[in-house]
Amino acid sequence: MAWLVTLPFFAYVIAFLFLPAGSVLVGAFQNNANHVTSSNVRLLFHHPYVDAYWGSLRISLVTAALGCVLGLFVAYAAIREGTPRWIRSVLTTFSGVAANFGGIPLAFAWIATLGPLGVVTTWFRNSGHDITYQWPNFQISSERGIELAYLYFQLPLMILVIAPALDGLRKEWREAAANLGAKQWQFWRYVGIPVLLPSFLGAFILLFGNAFAAYATAYSLDNGINIVPILIGDYYTGNVLNNPHIAQALAFGMFVVLAVMMVLYIPLQRRSQRWAK
Amino acid sequence: MNRLRMAPSAYVWLLLAGLYFLLPLYSTLDFSLKENKAGTPCCTLHNYGWVVHNGDFWHTIKVSFLLALETIVISLVLFVPTMYWVHLRVPKLRPVIAFLALVPFVVPPIVMVVGLLKTFKWTPQWYYGQPWGFLATAYVILAFPYMFFSLDAGFRAIDVHTLTEASQSLGARWTTTLVRVIIPNIRTAALAASFLTLAIVMGEFTIANLAAFHTFPIFLQYVNESQGFPAGALTLLSFLITWTAMASLLLVGRKRGARGAVIAGAR
Repeated sequence: MAWLVTLPFFAYVIAFLFLPAGSVLVGAFQNNANHVTSSNVRLLFHHPYVDAYWGSLRISLVTAALGCVLGLFVAYAAIREGTPRWIRSVLTTFSGVAANFGGIPLAFAWIATLGPLGVVTTWFRNSGHDITYQWPNFQISSERGIELAYLYFQLPLMILVIAPALDGLRKEWREAAANLGAKQWQFWRYVGIPVLLPSFLGAFILLFGNAFAAYATAYSLDNGINIVPILIGDYYTGNVLNNPHIAQALAFGMFVVLAVMMVLYIPLQRRSQRWAK
Repeated sequence: MNRLRMAPSAYVWLLLAGLYFLLPLYSTLDFSLKENKAGTPCCTLHNYGWVVHNGDFWHTIKVSFLLALETIVISLVLFVPTMYWVHLRVPKLRPVIAFLALVPFVVPPIVMVVGLLKTFKWTPQWYYGQPWGFLATAYVILAFPYMFFSLDAGFRAIDVHTLTEASQSLGARWTTTLVRVIIPNIRTAALAASFLTLAIVMGEFTIANLAAFHTFPIFLQYVNESQGFPAGALTLLSFLITWTAMASLLLVGRKRGARGAVIAGAR
């Protein structure tokens, strides 16, 4: 009966996490008269909903890929031998803070940088280059702009996640490989990359989910962009609330995508701990 | 081997990263110091004055701060005894709770709020219409993974069994053991989790916006849309809040037993 003491905790999680999540699943398959239907979920595969999923997937894949690759290089540059220790501690401390810099303030910081009146925009304009004219396709309130802004929390997250894995690449392995006559590329091909790969792929999934679920930053930069969280938000904040079951179906779709990610993540997470110190 | 020198590519990567990370912060500072009229010379504290004299600012920051405190208190009361008991008596449940702590990844705020609004529509106004009711209970769930990882690390770093036996053989009751023996020993872990929760709640936008509550991030977004230059001052202030919370977290985290996930926040 010892588990009874944990009852309040489980009751809370069931009431405020599982019941709401369950109600989204049920609501996605109901119509306004509460009859069972698959029409909401089938609607997800049509315009404009399917485009919102593509938009979300594009932004998440692009920022996860760029975040992982660039974050790996930055983290490696800070951790590798030769770089002073203080750079590493400054970078990881800053990353711990910056990974939490999301949302409305982040969006404003980017508007102040690259918006129409932004500091960088003004620099260029004063030196005779109107970037809004020269690169008409680039605006901070566009898909590219949102991706650039998301990287501000994606990169630090990657640095935080991958730093322990890079630490796990022990100096002795490199020396052992060198003693056995391995060249630099052979070390990476047969030791470095295989050891890092599970952590790297796990981090990719983490970053993907991070961007996929993000709402506030995109809302603040361009609340007309067609991605799933914005579309869900429109049903509650806008004046289009005629069928809440569509919003529930959209949320259900997000849940399915993230659940698939989680199923992929758990075994990777387990593998990546094999070489942890 | 010539390994003592910094690699040239490392210079380039770190310089680029520094530029990318610092430029938006600099731009925000620059914006916050501009006068609201064109042509006036640089640097005025006018925008900061606007913030300080704004009643909505003080109101919303108070709401968000009190919400954060409420969330921290509920979370600690709910999770500390549970984690203690799980480590002491039912270690079988630990993997179950660890699994539950992953669920918020699959049910992010934007999905959660849809379910919460539907599930609790029937509840009385003092719950559904009040930030102290609806929002606080939701924020406890947002804080749960971070509370779990931090507290779990804290409990693992101490010998729960020996401490409990020692306390009880001296005649202490359960409550005395928990309050006077266990809690002082996991204090740093609890503090770290609390600062993280503070940062999360002070920046949370998604749930507050969809459920139509007026918290600090909502006010910030309203100013962003309407007045560019004061928004710079407000944004910097908001960064400062996050920064202070996270710096406090890292400061207490330096001691043992407070290491956990430090990834959170309002995206």
